[in-house]
Formats: sequence, C-alpha cells, structure tokens
Amino acid sequence: MPPLPAWGAPESEPLLAVEDLHVEFVTRQGTVKAVNGVGYALHPGETLAVLGESGSGKSVTAQAIMGILDTPPARVPKGRIRFRGTDLLGLSEDARSQVRGSRIAMIFQDALSALNPVFTVGSQIAEMFRVHRGMSRRDAERRAVELMDRVRIPGARQRLHDYPHQFSGGMRQRIMIAMAIALDPEVLIADEPTTALDVTVQAQIMELLAELKRESDMGLILITHDLGVVADVADKIVVMYGGRVVENAPVHDLYRAPAHPYTRGLLDSIPRIDRKGRELHAIAGMPPNLLDMPPGCAFAPRCPYRQDDCVTAAPPLHRIGSTRGSACHYWREVLDGSHG
Amino acid sequence: MAATGDAILEVRDLVKHFPLTQGVVVRKQIGAVRAVDGISFDLRRGETLGIVGESGCGKSTLAKLLMGLERPTRGSVRIKGREIAGAKGGELKRIRRNIQLVMQDPYTSLNPRMTVGDIVGEPYEIHPEAAPKGDRRRRVQALLELVGLDPDHVNRYPHQFSGGQRQRIGIARGLALQPEVIVCDEPVSALDVSIQAQVVNLLARLQRDLGLSYVFIAHDLSVVRHIADRVGVMYLGKMVELGRDAEVYGQPAHPYTQALLSAVPVPDPEGRERRERIVLRGDPPSPANPPSGCRFRTRCWKAQEVCAQQEPPLQLRPGTWHESACHFPQIHDVIRAF
Repeated sequence: MPPLPAWGAPESEPLLAVEDLHVEFVTRQGTVKAVNGVGYALHPGETLAVLGESGSGKSVTAQAIMGILDTPPARVPKGRIRFRGTDLLGLSEDARSQVRGSRIAMIFQDALSALNPVFTVGSQIAEMFRVHRGMSRRDAERRAVELMDRVRIPGARQRLHDYPHQFSGGMRQRIMIAMAIALDPEVLIADEPTTALDVTVQAQIMELLAELKRESDMGLILITHDLGVVADVADKIVVMYGGRVVENAPVHDLYRAPAHPYTRGLLDSIPRIDRKGRELHAIAGMPPNLLDMPPGCAFAPRCPYRQDDCVTAAPPLHRIGSTRGSACHYWREVLDGSHG
Repeated sequence: MAATGDAILEVRDLVKHFPLTQGVVVRKQIGAVRAVDGISFDLRRGETLGIVGESGCGKSTLAKLLMGLERPTRGSVRIKGREIAGAKGGELKRIRRNIQLVMQDPYTSLNPRMTVGDIVGEPYEIHPEAAPKGDRRRRVQALLELVGLDPDHVNRYPHQFSGGQRQRIGIARGLALQPEVIVCDEPVSALDVSIQAQVVNLLARLQRDLGLSYVFIAHDLSVVRHIADRVGVMYLGKMVELGRDAEVYGQPAHPYTQALLSAVPVPDPEGRERRERIVLRGDPPSPANPPSGCRFRTRCWKAQEVCAQQEPPLQLRPGTWHESACHFPQIHDVIRAF
C-alpha cells in the first residue's frame, strides 16, 4: 500500500496527473466506454479548463479523480491518477477519504441538490471542520462564519442558521464554494459551476473563484462546455470528445489556431458579428454513441478532414512543439486552416 | 430577413400577476408575483424579435401569454388584428392556428409513447379543417423533410432520436398548421454546442423560405444577436430597452443592458485582462415585491432619488436612437467580440 501523498512534492512533479485513464460502466445494454485513455496534468496555481459536450467523459474523469464513482456499475480497468506523486487509485478507501474533500475538493453544477435540505448551511459548512479537523461545535461555527464572509455572503452571522432553500442560486453556489475551500485544498475541481446561473451571477462567481485562486496556490480544474468561460479564465485547455482528449494547448494558442477539427468546428460555430445574417458553420452529424464507438477516430464521421485511415486507426495524441498536442492524423492541415 | 412594415403581432400594456394566497380554509390574497408588468411591442411580418433577460424576468410567462396559454391580468395581444387575450373556445382555436410554440426541452416536450408521425400530425387532430384525413401522412412526411429529418422515420419514437433531431421534430410540429408567427422559448439552450448551430441555421432557413415571424426568447445573447432583427431586454417583468440589434448591442443605453452585455464571457482570450466588466451587486429582487420606481435601481450604480420615486417609461430619450427605460440613459460602448 503506497503512503498518503506528501505535502509539497518536488517542483518538477505536477500537482495532479491523470495518465491513460479508462472508465467504463457495465449496463444491461452493454459496456459504456465513457473514458478511453485520458491524460492531463495540473500544476500548482494553474487553471486547467476541460472542455467538452455531454458524453465527452469530462465529468466522469473528474469523478474518478475525486473517487466518487459508484463501483459498480463503474469500473476503472486501467490508468493512474497521481497526486503529489502518489497513485490515488492504489490507495485504500480509508486513505482516499482523507484526500477527498480536504486536499482535492469539488463543486458541482447544481448546488441545491448538492446541499442537504434539512440542515442549516452553517452546520453543513461547520461539519467540514468537525469531521476533518475534530473541532468543537463553537470553533467550527466561528470558522463557518469566516468562510461565509470570505465567499461574500452578506450578513454571514445572521444567515448561518438559514436552510439552503432560503438562498438564491448564486448564494447557494457560494456556500458550495465555501465548503469546498474550507480545508484549503490543493486542487479544486469545479464541474460546470456557473451553468445553472444567470449571466450576471455567473460573472460574480467566476470573479470569486479567480480571487480565491489568487489568494492561494490552489490548482483549479474547470469543467465546462462554454467556450466563453474558458477564454476568460483558463491557462491551459484540454478538449475532450468521445471519452478521449482530442486536443490540449495553452489557451491563447488554442483560440488563435486550433489543431483538431473538432475544436476548429466548435470555434467556427460561435455566432460572430461579421457573420450576422449568414449561415453559422455547424458541425454536421451528432456525438458518438458510447455503447458503440467507431473503431478509428470518434470524430471521423463528422470530420471535414477525414481520410481512409481515420476510420481504421484511432490517432494518438501527436505532440506539437513542447506545449500542445492534437489527436488528429492531419493536425498540420487543421493548424494551417486549410479545409480538407 | 427584411421585415415588411405592418405589424403581425401587437402587444399592448400586457400584465400578468400570479396571486399569492394564504390560508387553507379561508384563502385570502396577500400579494402577487408580478411576472409580466406592462409590456408593449410590435412584431412585424418576416421579422425576428429577440427577447433577452435572466431567469425570473418574465420572458417565459410572456411566451405563454402570447400563445394564449395564460390569461393576462390586463392588456392585449392581437395577432393580425384579432385579440387572443380574451378569446375563448372556437375563436381561440382559430387564432391559435396562426401562432405556434417551439419549446426548450426536446426531451420532455414530446410524448414518449407517440410516434413521430403522430406527434407532428397531432395539430391536424385538433384542427381537422387544416388538412383532409387522407392527406395527413403525406403532409407529415413533407414536414419532416422540411426540417431535415428522414421522412421514412415517421413510425419511430422520440427516444430513437438525438436531442437536436428531437428539437427538429418539435419545430415540424410547430409548422404543421402553417402559422405565420412562431414563439421560440429557449429553442437551443438544452442542446450541445455543436448541435446549436444546426438548429439556429434551420430556423433561419425556415424563416426565409416560409416568411415566418419569430419571437425568439433566449438567455444566450450571442445567439439572439445572430438571429434577431430587433432585441428587447427584460428585467423583473418590464422591458427596459428595445431597439434594432445593432443599437441595443452596439450602443446600449440602459445600465442593466450594459451590465448584461459586459458580463457575457467572450470566446476569445485575446486582451482578456483589459476587458471592461460591470459586475452587478447582489441578485435580482423578488418579482413578488419589486422595488418602487425603477426596478433596477437597487443594483444600479447610477441610481438617484428620482429613481426610487418615478418609474421611467420605455421611450426614446435624448441622445439615443432607440427606446430605453432609464432616467439617466447614456450610450455606453461595451466593446464586444460576439
């Protein structure tokens, strides 16, 4: 049994590294291959955006990192998740639960269903300190008020004894964030944290996350489908499609010159002023069926660059320079911008 | 998509209050949720009017009022001069043939136990005069083809289709009675990003080919900008700004519109550090208890005494070329890339 991950490992080592991760779900209709060899790395202080549509495997990967997949039906046949050098998949459930919540924390899209409706928000935040830090009720409550102040909940002391339903959507997401950062985690995973919120409230929450990140050296994994949110805050981007990483790149490089046809298609389909009144570039077809994945590249059936070899051989993640990669045989053509 | 002048849909001082009651045996009204509180606009033939606003601003209630699915507390909705707001029975049915709804969620708005042919053809059951019985199957197949689906799939069930295809089924159903006005309530927001563009293109093509007029309700400002000729911005049951798309997006006059536009994340990281962003304080107030005067004043950085006392009407104001409802309108150029 490997030891618990050390605090502050060597500089060269990423904070969190997912390597060749596979996750499948055994269902009555067959085995759903949700994640097929995903890899990405997060360094301290970094914001990594994981971009993908429903069914791309972006959330399942995050759940595997947190160790909150239901097994069964889920199964992790292969892969490693190294946190500070230790493979989390090799740890006992006991050891993992010491990492979960306190060193790697997560916030979810739907704060209302993630909070317990029958306990006050104060007691739910305080529970973090009581369970993980063994604090007394009074001390834990004092810390809860501090945290609610820190995530800018007005009148924190008075609202300590309110229930989740008494808060607005934006305030509930702040409470979720307060619980997530309670124990100063080294990694925060935010799964579509603003998707359920209005634009003006979304801006508030993104600003809060950026602020909290500036105050610590926390690494942030932001899971989203929104190309706008990614462009606003990310340092690096991982694009997922059909359970694979199809492209990774620093944010400016990716928006300036995508190297995968799927990324290119997504960027081209954004409505722009200069294209008003004309057809939007739409990606033809629809996302793959995870029960019945095509043998080659999962994007091939929708791809304007498709050649014969795309249908037979799944392309590996080709390295482009030292900072980016693309899982397309024809990444050079895509990068040049010439349509196949 | 040039609009040809005459109004096909006229909305005047439309109000919908939902009563709040207390007590089980003796119910008494203790207040009202003012979902839509005095809205007027015209929709011209062939035009797309975008309605944007955040949750709780009343845009979905507005859609139901336009369709005659809710009775307004006050005000009128006229389609080609005929009043739908107070209409009943056969009269309501006849008017409704001219206005149809495309809903947000293609997963819950289609009956899972009906075939696609039955779903798309159902309007003919309600309006038998629209198509003779023997002709219906052919018409349904033509509709499926029109929205880009395989006409041979009439006997399939909704679960055999993807989200984007289901939305196409919903659109085909909306077109069955050959309406002139279609109300689209968040028609693409439940779809994956790569599918949204397909459906937006389809709606634009149908408008061109069939001469439809759209009321396009959405919270995604970039999609609305792409498809709309004019845009109305709603806040807490009121229209706070209304004008041509280039005016509202390029020269917003109302502080709320400015904040809304500046809050939308721009899908381009270039220059993101320098981008101006107006981050509003707090949440929108409850529509059951809206602030006096201007409803936006509690979150507005320009608010003064007069804003609490007088409600600013939606009108043309000095220095602007489109209507806004602010005592201190000022064109503010929020530079946008979308």
